[in-house]
Amino acid sequence: MGFYDFLSGNWPEVRDATVDHAILVLEGLGIAVAIGLPLAVLIYRTVLPRAVVLGIAGIFLTIPSYALFGLLITPLGLGNGPSIVALTMYAFLPIIRNAVVGLREVDPAVVESARGMGMSRAKILLSVELPLAWPVIVTGLRVAAQLLLGIAAIAAAVNGPGLGNLILQGLDKAGTPFAIYLTIEGAAAIIALAVLFDAAFALLNRLTTSRGLSA
Amino acid sequence: MTDVATGTIRLEKLTKSYDGHGKPAVDSLTMDIPAGEIVVLVGPSGCGKTTTMKLINRLIEPTSGRIYLDGKDVTRENPDLLRRRIGYSIQQTGLFPHRTVADNIATVPRMLGWSKDRTAARVDELLNLVGLDPDTYRRRFPKQLSGGQQQRVGVARALGGDPEVMLMDEPFGAIDPLNREALQNEFLRIQAELKKTIVFVTHDIDEAVKMGDRIAIFSQNGRVEQYDTPEKILSEPANEFVSSFIGAGAAVRRLSLSRLADVEVPDNWPTVGADDSADRRRVAAAGTDRDFLLVLDADRRPVGWLPAAEAAEDGRTVPLLGALGPGDTLYEALDRMLTYSSTGHVVTDAEGRYRGVLELDSLRTLIHANNSAAGQSQEVS
Ligand SMILES: Nc1ncnc2c1ncn2[C@@H]1O[C@H](COP(=O)(O)OP(=O)(O)OP(=O)(O)O)[C@@H](O)[C@H]1O
Ligand SMILES: [Mg+2]
Repeated sequence: MGFYDFLSGNWPEVRDATVDHAILVLEGLGIAVAIGLPLAVLIYRTVLPRAVVLGIAGIFLTIPSYALFGLLITPLGLGNGPSIVALTMYAFLPIIRNAVVGLREVDPAVVESARGMGMSRAKILLSVELPLAWPVIVTGLRVAAQLLLGIAAIAAAVNGPGLGNLILQGLDKAGTPFAIYLTIEGAAAIIALAVLFDAAFALLNRLTTSRGLSA
Repeated sequence: MTDVATGTIRLEKLTKSYDGHGKPAVDSLTMDIPAGEIVVLVGPSGCGKTTTMKLINRLIEPTSGRIYLDGKDVTRENPDLLRRRIGYSIQQTGLFPHRTVADNIATVPRMLGWSKDRTAARVDELLNLVGLDPDTYRRRFPKQLSGGQQQRVGVARALGGDPEVMLMDEPFGAIDPLNREALQNEFLRIQAELKKTIVFVTHDIDEAVKMGDRIAIFSQNGRVEQYDTPEKILSEPANEFVSSFIGAGAAVRRLSLSRLADVEVPDNWPTVGADDSADRRRVAAAGTDRDFLLVLDADRRPVGWLPAAEAAEDGRTVPLLGALGPGDTLYEALDRMLTYSSTGHVVTDAEGRYRGVLELDSLRTLIHANNSAAGQSQEVS
């Protein structure tokens, strides 16, 4: 049986796993943004808290993924829970760091003149600083998404959803002719998702960034 | 205190110390800024000009002292509301790069809750005021403007909410000398119309003399060494610091304060009418030892120089070079003399009619009179 015959045989499984994979990544990303962005806003003007938060986010990223997923089984059990939490932790560094960098790069003269015109602190943040930092923030999201797409394959090891399951099946069947097909399916679908996500974020950036900021 | 004119500012014993810095940046400064005037803060770098200006709109909170606007103590007022009444423009412009020119200028009107129509009309009015065509520039983003155009938009934005007071920190600082002069002139024209109270920071004494109704000369720690009209500062510097700050060129700078409209110009130059007969021209030429006669048209507007030797022949004239108008100053007259080698320079009135002719000698007399009028009892050279 050739690869294409094999693929047409288990296509529904590949399709469902791909959708699950994308959802898993988006969940991790969403939670990381929901926590990371406000956190970045709180710390970008400080010194010590900024160093501490970025330091911790950096440490998260260095924990080997198998170890982190495994460690999370104890408090969170198997399945979705540990998978989402692990992905969130990995996404923190690119998201928070880019948001902090983007906010710190806003021209102080722009912020000062906004204050000088009588804009409130909240208004300056929402209508000046965040829009100006936005392209850098979106780049952080894009990097985080690529990172998570790869790491999310490990979720299968803790009974999580996604394309990792195809790869894991392949490992189980090592030595049989199907092993290689399953692995190729899993890897190819992840690459396809990566390309798709990248294009989506590029589009998001284009649509949501002021023309005044693009080159 | 209700009878104080709108736009009057009083700073009372204002002090600003930064933690961990020995001397205060501004030390017990007291200053009255009259409504409708341009007050220029000038002084060497680091003397506290910017700090003083930001104390007024409380971008910097004073360590002690009081700020009064229209006679009312605003030291404790809500700073955001206070700032919407005070225009603010800085050298770096601080324009919002992600917003169009129109949106930038509309910033304060929108915060003040103006209607859409009123805001849009205000934007166009201000763009016209600063010399930018609304249809061309309204929709542009700041990065699609030259540096000078950005500064203009910065000034327009600061005027957005029709504030009574404007604070301007080296607003023309980052511009080449030619454009800067154009902007200065335009700004003076705008101010003649608007009559705002303007606090203007610069470290260029020439700009201070040109722009200021009054000048405050700062030394270190926000100490005001002299606060007076440009004329007084140039002719009677209060102390050593002021004289050394205004520098050796004070006598020349003072020339730029006297407009030709305000001085006597000798009007005894031989003239002939453009339609005069050859005979009359010959008579005129014979009656003078000048080498050229000035030709005037029927409205007495100068049209050219007629060489006396050829007066009888059919009037070929030499063009007028560097004619001077009533708005020109003694400084410009002297500059014109040195630029063009011709002996006489025609001076006209506001309608372009002949007023007189200045020569190096008569100009020197005027300059000397100007100096003694300014109270300077200098040796005649
Ligand atoms: N945030 C700050 N912290 C500590 N010191 C400051 C701060 N801002 C200004 N200073 C000090 O206060 C003094 C006055 O500064 P200011 O900016 O008012 O000077 P300036 O007259 O505007 O100078 P320049 O012509 O260079 O703009 C300087 O000695 C400066 O070092
Ligand atoms: Mg300054």
